[in-house]
Amino acid sequence: MKPAAVGAVGISRRGALQAGGLALAFTWVGGSKAFAAISPRQQPADAAAALVDGNPAFAPNAFIRIDADGGVRLVMPMAEMGQAIYTGSAMLLAEELGVELDQVRVEHSPPNEALYGMPLLGGQITGGSTSTRGTYGVLREAGAVARTLLVSAAAAQWKVDAASCTVARGVVSHAPSNRQLGFGALAGAAAKLPMPAKVALKEPKDFKLIGQPLRRVDSAGKVDGSTQFGIDVRLPGMKVATVKACPTLGGVLASVDDKAARAIPGVIDVLRIKDAVAVVGEHFWAAKRGLDALNVQWTPGQNAALTTQQLRAALAGALAKDKAIVGKETGKRPEGTLVQATYDLPMLAHATMEPLNTTVHVRPGECEIWVGTQVPTRCVSAAAKVAGLAEDKVVLHNQYLGGGFGRRLETDSVEQAVAFAKQVPYPLKVVWTREEDIRHDIVRPMYHDDISAVVDGEGRILWFGDRIAGGTVLGRWAPAFMGKDGMDSDLIECVAEPCYDLPNLKVEWVRHDMPPGLNVGWWRGVGPTHNLFVMESFIDELAQRAKKDPVAYRRAMLKKNPRTLAVLDLAADKIGWGKGTLPARVGRGVAVGDAFGSRVCAIVEVEVTPQGEVRMRRAVVGLDCGIAVNASSIEAQIQGGLLFGLSAALFSEITLREGTIEQSNFHDYRMLRINEAPPVEVHTVKSGEAPGGLGEVGTAIAAPALANAIFAATGVRLRALPVNRALLAQDKEALKKKIADAGHGARSAA
Amino acid sequence: MIDLNINGQSVALNAPDDMPLLWALRDVVGLTGTKFGCGIAQCGACTVHLDGQPVRSCVLPIGAIGKKAVTTIEAVSQTPAGKSIQKAWLDVDVVQCGYCQSGQIMSAAALLQRTPNPSDADIDMAMSGNICRCCTYSRIRAAIKQAATGKAEVLQSVVAMPVRSAS
Repeated sequence: MKPAAVGAVGISRRGALQAGGLALAFTWVGGSKAFAAISPRQQPADAAAALVDGNPAFAPNAFIRIDADGGVRLVMPMAEMGQAIYTGSAMLLAEELGVELDQVRVEHSPPNEALYGMPLLGGQITGGSTSTRGTYGVLREAGAVARTLLVSAAAAQWKVDAASCTVARGVVSHAPSNRQLGFGALAGAAAKLPMPAKVALKEPKDFKLIGQPLRRVDSAGKVDGSTQFGIDVRLPGMKVATVKACPTLGGVLASVDDKAARAIPGVIDVLRIKDAVAVVGEHFWAAKRGLDALNVQWTPGQNAALTTQQLRAALAGALAKDKAIVGKETGKRPEGTLVQATYDLPMLAHATMEPLNTTVHVRPGECEIWVGTQVPTRCVSAAAKVAGLAEDKVVLHNQYLGGGFGRRLETDSVEQAVAFAKQVPYPLKVVWTREEDIRHDIVRPMYHDDISAVVDGEGRILWFGDRIAGGTVLGRWAPAFMGKDGMDSDLIECVAEPCYDLPNLKVEWVRHDMPPGLNVGWWRGVGPTHNLFVMESFIDELAQRAKKDPVAYRRAMLKKNPRTLAVLDLAADKIGWGKGTLPARVGRGVAVGDAFGSRVCAIVEVEVTPQGEVRMRRAVVGLDCGIAVNASSIEAQIQGGLLFGLSAALFSEITLREGTIEQSNFHDYRMLRINEAPPVEVHTVKSGEAPGGLGEVGTAIAAPALANAIFAATGVRLRALPVNRALLAQDKEALKKKIADAGHGARSAA
Repeated sequence: MIDLNINGQSVALNAPDDMPLLWALRDVVGLTGTKFGCGIAQCGACTVHLDGQPVRSCVLPIGAIGKKAVTTIEAVSQTPAGKSIQKAWLDVDVVQCGYCQSGQIMSAAALLQRTPNPSDADIDMAMSGNICRCCTYSRIRAAIKQAATGKAEVLQSVVAMPVRSAS
């Protein structure tokens, strides 16, 4: 693996397809054949793209625009949803270009597979913690191409050797003759030069930006309120709609009595599509009042009686009797003591802070869209189909995303908005209420795992097996990426390639799809979030059964994996593992894993009250993410990602009753708040390895560390999420009374 | 017509009495820095100041405001507490997706206005009504302390941030 290789660095198509899932590490290969995707050099589509992007004096590739006045604009191939990819991408470009971050302006990229397609994900897609992994080489090279041309232009004008010129802060200098020219002055000449075949990239020791803890490029507007998110788009003549789709998943609209709604001042229109109704107003408030005044009848369809319990039972039944696909089998299952456990994970909503929204203007023969999306080109394709237009008649303007977490990898809300907007002549902003956003989420699937191990007399693992039942996200979202044998590689991620030395391993998946209408989707951390919870909880069970320290038990299995061993040791050292004594009902839990190309260990310390309340006291993370692009962003992503995962593990579950999602807003789909958030220390191993992903790894390692800490504090092993506080109460009768007194229903006490 | 005092200016709104201030700001006045998150005062994304007090604008009808002064994120920099909070937010680099941050900053500025040197418990009390899905809570806490004390809050792993911020 040579991430710093210069020249035609690409990712093999075969490697990408084999990787299948979003999260797997991929294969870098030098000199692979070019295909229509992100490139550091000029491509056929570049000229047209630059022309509509302010026609800069110099646009050597799809990412860099240098205007005659010296302004440097960087076009961001990925979407910014909080993960600081605009800052990271800008640093990669700026490092090699020879500018500082305070000199650049970043721009959203237009939908264009040929210019911004990510080979790893098969499109212009932001997801799977792949952005830096997929562009570390390409964007640096793109910067170097531009710098090389600008220096060549200066050297030619001065009639000196290009190698005798230096670049800093957007200025090319020739020290021997004391001459300087800014990028703006050189842009015109640089644009006339041929593309260099090869360019030199900096040695890591010469990096000025990469590796520094730099501030984000998008903070200022987010601090003064001026950043435009999708929901903030305002157009002349625009109206605002809010919608209600059939509450029963998969159901359709039967009839709408809109008389009362139309009588409300400010209500303009009531629009219908097959499975939803929208009220259009002069403003959101009129639309919302109108929506509430509708009398809607639905045809609920086949899910009318569907409950979570039925789905859960069906998963267990499928695991017991349906045929499994073997995802990984090495070695043989020997004689020995068999240890088994079953684990369950719930459905989850994304609940991005910015509710789903899309603004659409359908005009004769064309459709224009403003939306914050992780998949701009997929949105264009989907919108074109709904609008009945060719894709080149659809224009999309991506926006800052108020959170993504995988929800904005979907196009459902865009398709719905186009279906409504094509019925009206004016620009229409469709804003989902929070209730609609949760009730019509495309949820993280539920899983049921039967995990087992054969151990020897010392409790060491001789064989490890995991049988997983669940629906596939990949099979709906990117069926071409499914294995030939029907395997979904995301479903077995992290357990099929465990960080431990487990030579005898069997991982199987029983595919059990959810009923039509209940779509399942990517959720931050994807396969690893599921599998690391199951595996790392079970490893803890095995350690406890063997009467071994959980860190020592893991250490013994990591002798062949020094990078992961190092993060385990780092986190254990920083929290003082094994030193001193903890108070009663206080415990620490450890979890470790290799995910998204990074190595991570989380140790969480909790106190569990006699009533079963879990208080998180602190968390320590050891991390090896390879080359660190921005130490500040790394800390932020790990802190936020870990807390995101802890929040879900503590509180989150989407349940169905009569085919309807029961949760609707933050009062019943609860989120971690600041008073509940522990301090999270992030300690990073210095590394020269290829960059690893950061957006999801903290989330994926959170739940097992929490559950293991709760076990250490209480002796109660939680084999299902979210945390069931009733199991943790010392005096369960007292807890039941307390809950009843507080006016909570039987569900909390169950 | 309802007259409101928004960010020091008198604004005449052609809107019904029961319209929440949030939608008056966003869809009538055109101040989109104040965000819609839940509509039921659960997330705090819509927080603005009413005579300096933090309120959830998604449940505050404009007919109930009277002569009280409305301050939004667009003008909070004009208050000393707001200005120092915004500066600390940039220094500590709090934001991630940023969507909740207007509300976080409005809650934090109101806290600092009434409690110049807040304890952790004060911060918990004042800020627990504001959800951040990116969970930027560690840096929110650090930034509030930095704004209060003027001393750089050392982040847990980022020891020193170079003075090199983007424009």
